[in-house]
Amino acid sequence: MEIISGVFLIIGGLFYALGGLGIFRMPDTFDRIQAGTKATTLGAFSILIGVAFMFPSWSLKLFLIALFIVLSNPIGSSALAKATYRSFGGPSNVERDDLKEFLGGTKDVD
Amino acid sequence: MKYVATFLVLFGSYLLLAGITLEEVIVGAIVSLVLSVIISNMVSYNIDAKFPLRLALFIVMYVPVFLIELIKSNVNIALRVINPSLPIHPGFVKVKTALTGDFQKLLLANSITLTPGTLSVDIDGEYLYIHTVDVTTADAKASKIGAKFERIIGVIFK
Amino acid sequence: MITIIVFGLIGLGLLFALMRLIIGPTVADRVVSLDTFNVIVIGIIVMLSFVFERSLYLDIAIIYAILAFLETIVFARYLEGHYGNH
Repeated sequence: MEIISGVFLIIGGLFYALGGLGIFRMPDTFDRIQAGTKATTLGAFSILIGVAFMFPSWSLKLFLIALFIVLSNPIGSSALAKATYRSFGGPSNVERDDLKEFLGGTKDVD
Repeated sequence: MKYVATFLVLFGSYLLLAGITLEEVIVGAIVSLVLSVIISNMVSYNIDAKFPLRLALFIVMYVPVFLIELIKSNVNIALRVINPSLPIHPGFVKVKTALTGDFQKLLLANSITLTPGTLSVDIDGEYLYIHTVDVTTADAKASKIGAKFERIIGVIFK
Repeated sequence: MITIIVFGLIGLGLLFALMRLIIGPTVADRVVSLDTFNVIVIGIIVMLSFVFERSLYLDIAIIYAILAFLETIVFARYLEGHYGNH
């Protein structure tokens, strides 16, 4: 049990570190949202599973935390991405931009 | 129906957080009774009678696929981040969805956002606007991001 | 031993996010790094409850998760309203 839990905890820590590295290295805001807020989601899951293996009686509460993260995180990052596009426009390095016709045109109206 | 379902959800979450002792059960029942009356009158929502069936289908069909996708794409993004040359081709892709209900669309957008590499930015009627890290993949070229999830959600909410 | 490694890795992630928070060229970058911070902090709270073996700390993690979501939404609305109108 202890070994499984340890493996999950270390994987979780690894994904946290990678998420931080991603948010530091990526060139524009949208890619940072991609790398940052979601690599850390898997990191959080992994740590929750690791703790659940050590203390099985906590698993209901841990499950509740995982549920909150999985429900709130994507909504938050979607709202953030939309707000970023509306206020600062699309990034300069995109290779395809289907969103421009929709949001770019209505930027001044709101 | 609506009152009972709301009461059960509230009571269940209360007990989950507080633990099951006699005092907590009494207080929890009173609090969730009052809250379920208030919430049912103030907030407009509908309780789906087939919800338990859909939840079971959801857990059996959706969750395993979702977890596998989550791990696969997380490793994919992690490899891109570690790679010194940072191989990304970002872009926005417009995807048409056949799902109609609000909740189905929310579920689809959430699934797309939670698998790294794709991030749903906005929604306009039946079109989803998705930011993706790599527009050169086959999925992105064919505007078919999230097609796997869409199929499963369509089956669950038929 | 394992907890030390895990806390080290989490700290590394926190450090990178903090660097982005400091140098981030626009407000949006800072808010994104703050959002990452929140998820990392939830992990730290869970790890602390693991180390001290107190399940009470998990309640704090739940409340923090809810508040972090509200914070992100409020910042997103602010960005949209403040910079989107002109």
